[in-house]
Amino acid sequence: MSNQGPKTLFDKIWSEHLVGQREDGTSLLYIDRHLVHEVTSPQAFEGLKISNRPVHRPEATIAVADHNVPTINRQNIEDPQSKIQVETLAKNTKEHGIQYFDLMDQRQGIVHIIGPEQGITQPGMTIVCGDSHTSTHGAFGALAFGIGTSEVEHVLATQTIVQNPAKNMRISVNGDLPFGVNSKDLILYIIGEIGTAGGTGHVIEYAGSSIMGLSMEGRMTICNMSIEAGARAGLISPDQTTFNYIKGRPYAPGADHWDQAVEYWSSLPSDNDANYDHEIVIDSSEIDPMVTWGTSPEDVVSVKGLVPNPSSAQTENKKKSIERSLEYMGLKPGTKITDIKLDKIFIGSCTNGRIEDLRKVASIVKDKKIASHVQAMIVPGSGLVKKQAEEEGLDIILKDAGFEWREAGCSMCLGMNPDQLKPGERCASTSNRNFEGRQGRGGRTHLMSPELAAASAITGNISDIRDFT
Amino acid sequence: MDKFNSLKGIAAPLPIVNIDTDMIIPKQFLKTIKRTGLGVSLFYEMRYDNDGNLIKDFVLNTSPFDQSKILVAGDNFGCGSSREHAPWSLKDFGIKCVISTSFADIFYNNCFQNGILPIVVSPDQLDQLMMAAKNQIEFNIDLPEQTVKAGNHSINFEIEEYRKDRLLQGLDDIGITLGYQDKISAYEEEKKNKKPWLFKDN
Repeated sequence: MSNQGPKTLFDKIWSEHLVGQREDGTSLLYIDRHLVHEVTSPQAFEGLKISNRPVHRPEATIAVADHNVPTINRQNIEDPQSKIQVETLAKNTKEHGIQYFDLMDQRQGIVHIIGPEQGITQPGMTIVCGDSHTSTHGAFGALAFGIGTSEVEHVLATQTIVQNPAKNMRISVNGDLPFGVNSKDLILYIIGEIGTAGGTGHVIEYAGSSIMGLSMEGRMTICNMSIEAGARAGLISPDQTTFNYIKGRPYAPGADHWDQAVEYWSSLPSDNDANYDHEIVIDSSEIDPMVTWGTSPEDVVSVKGLVPNPSSAQTENKKKSIERSLEYMGLKPGTKITDIKLDKIFIGSCTNGRIEDLRKVASIVKDKKIASHVQAMIVPGSGLVKKQAEEEGLDIILKDAGFEWREAGCSMCLGMNPDQLKPGERCASTSNRNFEGRQGRGGRTHLMSPELAAASAITGNISDIRDFT
Repeated sequence: MDKFNSLKGIAAPLPIVNIDTDMIIPKQFLKTIKRTGLGVSLFYEMRYDNDGNLIKDFVLNTSPFDQSKILVAGDNFGCGSSREHAPWSLKDFGIKCVISTSFADIFYNNCFQNGILPIVVSPDQLDQLMMAAKNQIEFNIDLPEQTVKAGNHSINFEIEEYRKDRLLQGLDDIGITLGYQDKISAYEEEKKNKKPWLFKDN
């Protein structure tokens, strides 16, 4: 990457954080903020202890327990291993002087919800976390990516990470979003187009009028699922929408530095003639509400569509892969998506557990009842999202409709806590992964938007929000 | 970290694309606070039935593949979650090398942190190696020479020089970076002036 000439947003953040080259030719990249949760950090802290190394800059790290936490009865974690993991995080953060939001703190929640909510996430930052959905924070124009536990230890010890530059990809989505189509549909459509390895080695910058017209919540949903396209990170240019969201939040720059920060943030968007290794342009009028039918996030189809037929696959590998997915999902080729009957509805996760998502669901299910054969749960992304929803009376609407109203956490997105699917159960989920066994062994996941999940809860089948009155 | 130089043995064929890290090591095993002991749970849902009994026809449950140190797998291996438990479980089982047409970025990085060599080959080469693995032909992997040999096949693979050196020497990455402590401090001093809002104590 040259220092001269037009730069992308990624190039600018990269060069601003370059500490230097190591002798082995790799780059040392400075990390502004490090988010830590209970699952991927204990071995990193243990490593520091074994090597007798301190945390380089404790105030740059923020910790929270989210993966293991129960969403009912918070006082007691019944699973002894989960309990140890959460207690280990509390102990490690205390020992090293790291800010920790404990389970009884209203600020507790999914790490990728609370970073933005607290104003910790800011444009132009580098942010890492031992969690692949760290890509969420790219919605603010921050270079944010998931790392392994060895790298968590490296960041704790040095506040840097060893990296090589990524390639630049730009995906532009233009036009007004059709009725019933929103950010989740956009990102599912994109993953369907480029595949789960389509972004490998790249940072994807999302651009175009459809993207820039989204709220911060919508932008976070897009960037969150960049990892599902294999990308190292997702990025969206910071703009007035971004600045308005950040202003006044607890960890945002205060009045003393606000103007200076905004001036810097305003210099970050990619230069007009910047060069991308890969460019994709999408017309948003082509996009329908999307649903996954298989066991990979690339297995997407319009809600109006049919379960695909393996015989139509272009390669033998693809055919085998479809057959395997259909067997796992218990689906027959040619079935109408809207004929698929559901057992469970899960609304939440770092993809769609924010206040805007809850408002949409509430507006759809207001004065209605969920189908008698489904169980529906709603898990706010944070304690503060929950509080906000309760202040707006959304919890009453949702409970009246038959939803279970839970405490904040990752919950059934990955089922590390007791919220899991049973074998063969079929779930409409607003989360990010439909992998085999992800939500519980033998569980069958259909990813979709909160709007579709809400409509589907009422009818009991996967439903098109556009047919729903 | 363990060194990697060369490896000889039969390879287990796993011709499935998009093997994600949830498949490699499911969530219930992420509750550990240790790096070791995960090998028995590797590919848990493919290896064990609902009652915890071995599924006899799964490749890693059949002899001689239950002793494999090498895995040959379909495209986009290691996608999904960043969990380093995936390479930890492979390593604990005894697998030190995975061959595929592509790897997800985070998994690929995580392998090198644990002395595991991920090798990228072309689709045609993968087909050849998958067949050789099924036929229980001995593989010879030579990192200094960057070659995989199996029967008549001899394949050269690419690897970034620094990654190769780290595996060959088993280097401690944090130790290397701490050698640049002065540069890190100088960077922080410069940015404290330029972007003071980033250095307010939380």
